[in-house]
Amino acid sequence: MTEVILKDITKRFKTVTAVDGVSFEITDGEFFVLLGPTGAGKTTTLRLIAGLEKLDSGSILFDGQVMNDLTPASRDVAMVFQQYSLYPNMTVYDNLAFPLRSPVNKLLEDEIRRRVEEACEILRITHLIERKTAHLSGGEMQRVSIGRAIVREPRLFLMDEPLSNLDAKLREALRVELEHIQKTQGSTTLFVTHDQVEALTMADRIGVLLEGKLVQLGDPNEIYDRPATIYVAQLVGTPRINLMKAERDNGLLHVEDSPIRIPFEGHEGEVPVSCQLGVRPEDIQPDSDGQFTGEIVLTEPLGVETVLHIKCGEQTLLSTQSGITHWHYGDEIRFNIVRQRLHFFDEEGSRI
Amino acid sequence: MAQIELRQVEKRFGDFQAVQPIDLTIEDGEFVVLLGPSGCGKTTTLRMISGLEAVSGGKIFIGDRDVTWRDPADRDIAFVFQLYALYPHMTVEKNIIFPLEAEKASKEVIQSRLKHVVDLLQIKHILRQKPGSLSGGDKQRVALGRALVRKPSVFLMDEPLGALDADFRETMRAEIRKLHIAENATTVYVTHDQVEAMAMGDRIVVMSDAVVQQVGTPHDVYYDPSNLFVARFIGSPGMNLVEGAYSDGMVHLPGDNQYDVPDRWRPALEKHLSGENVILGFRPEGAHANETGELSAEVYASDLHGAFNMMHVALEEENVDAVVHIRGERGSGHEIGDDIRFNLDSEMVRFFDPVTEQAILLEATS
Repeated sequence: MTEVILKDITKRFKTVTAVDGVSFEITDGEFFVLLGPTGAGKTTTLRLIAGLEKLDSGSILFDGQVMNDLTPASRDVAMVFQQYSLYPNMTVYDNLAFPLRSPVNKLLEDEIRRRVEEACEILRITHLIERKTAHLSGGEMQRVSIGRAIVREPRLFLMDEPLSNLDAKLREALRVELEHIQKTQGSTTLFVTHDQVEALTMADRIGVLLEGKLVQLGDPNEIYDRPATIYVAQLVGTPRINLMKAERDNGLLHVEDSPIRIPFEGHEGEVPVSCQLGVRPEDIQPDSDGQFTGEIVLTEPLGVETVLHIKCGEQTLLSTQSGITHWHYGDEIRFNIVRQRLHFFDEEGSRI
Repeated sequence: MAQIELRQVEKRFGDFQAVQPIDLTIEDGEFVVLLGPSGCGKTTTLRMISGLEAVSGGKIFIGDRDVTWRDPADRDIAFVFQLYALYPHMTVEKNIIFPLEAEKASKEVIQSRLKHVVDLLQIKHILRQKPGSLSGGDKQRVALGRALVRKPSVFLMDEPLGALDADFRETMRAEIRKLHIAENATTVYVTHDQVEAMAMGDRIVVMSDAVVQQVGTPHDVYYDPSNLFVARFIGSPGMNLVEGAYSDGMVHLPGDNQYDVPDRWRPALEKHLSGENVILGFRPEGAHANETGELSAEVYASDLHGAFNMMHVALEEENVDAVVHIRGERGSGHEIGDDIRFNLDSEMVRFFDPVTEQAILLEATS
């Protein structure tokens, strides 16, 4: 496949800078996810790579070759969108074969058949091969759309929120499937989404985009464990990270509006006297000998985990526990906070 | 406040049976969620409780009163819809007190109820605004306020959070639930979102194809689903379900795996299975990767879910129907294609009959 390099790319639409000096690399065989809210510049970045938009400045390289002025067709990328855009009156086979029959490709029908059958096998849609796509379910149609990209054997896959239109159960199943296919095929992929779960679960690396700028780049563990800003900290993880104002005094962190005092371990010089403290819900752990006491004001037994809302002073902290717990609202609970995993942010919201 | 009782309540539209006869008692102060995919009959059931839809058979009681043929206005209920249904030309305050003014309540009553609701929902700062200038969440708060101000016996809510984005839905979900704890009003809540149902319900009524599949606490429907539909529908991912042949206390699973059935389950399996096969079920947290585990599988995909890792493993190579999900610690370091072994927590395994699709129940120990 292909290695992609973006060097300081910028795209303006009239007065709006949609993509603002973004640089990153997608290594050969990597599953790279661009994560960000609506309007962050994710789709524009993808369209710039595809050649559907023209750069204002910067450069895009595939395997060292500058792509800036090449047409979309000559970049040899395949795109999958949220909308399926299949030919409803054609069979699955013909939908997949169609892009290959273009005279530009000069492929023999045997080769087309081989590719289509292989793609169907990878996507587990061989049993649907003679069906017209109008009769397929949403999940099946999205598999066919992905198949249309696979048969082209492109240098690069570009996927723009391909799972967003599917219901929760299907999205989950297809997520696992996409991850498996991408890894076993080793296809270089750029995947754009606003859904942090998709990013954390599928990506080799994530680029977090906000207002046209890349705010953090890292593998899912880094993004989750060492978020660069409060924004990123809140963007990834459900339920959200607990954020509290805290002040440092005599080796103790005083959490605002609560009796929580945490011995401060670290280099005092690095953390300002007043800061924002972030604690992931799983780092608030019930313990019968725990240092802190609170009252449970709400429990949310979601299944694979339970969310406890613990009131401690005027702060309400969220804590997650595996499985469905015996806790009930009104219960008094003792708990500890895992000190090794505290997150500190300064006034501007940057990680300290 | 009031108890709600449905006795053999059903609904037909012409030849179409929208709701099969239901018996259900919702206790005074209880929060009950009607859950199911679209078209399962949950909204029709709610509309029959409200009186917006007439029953085709059966009786409905609210408190001690038979309200089966009463008007909606005469049932002492308040309805909260997905669409906010606020009057755009009135301020938030006017919107909230409108139902009281319509009832010609006294000024004192109006003021004290308004204050109560405003404090509860923390919406003092928006009282003078009109709905058009509010965020989705604030509009929903105002809609809730208008329902709360009347102090009805029963709250009926139809997907009230459906229009909100994911983040905000979580916040509002907790708010509505806290509101319920504070007010303790009998509430019937309709949703298609199982996460919402699990998070909010004291009990959940799972419906599918016009039929009630199970009524139970979140713990019941999650750990002891009554059939395969509930097992699959509840949880994300749903319950792991793998079919195998049963003989002599062993389940023969794909990939030459054998599962040694806990002794206490054997009599029930031998008595109730319709055929040779059984479906073994367990939740992702009921399996533990372990080098000496009794089951072997190949890692199909493995991904980070924040606090934990979810491993998707195939009991048989490349057999997607035999992929199960295992909740694991972070940083377990398994890659796609790795062979792993795992154990099942014997307290957390369940069994289903593949023919009837019903759960097999443990024989009562005497």
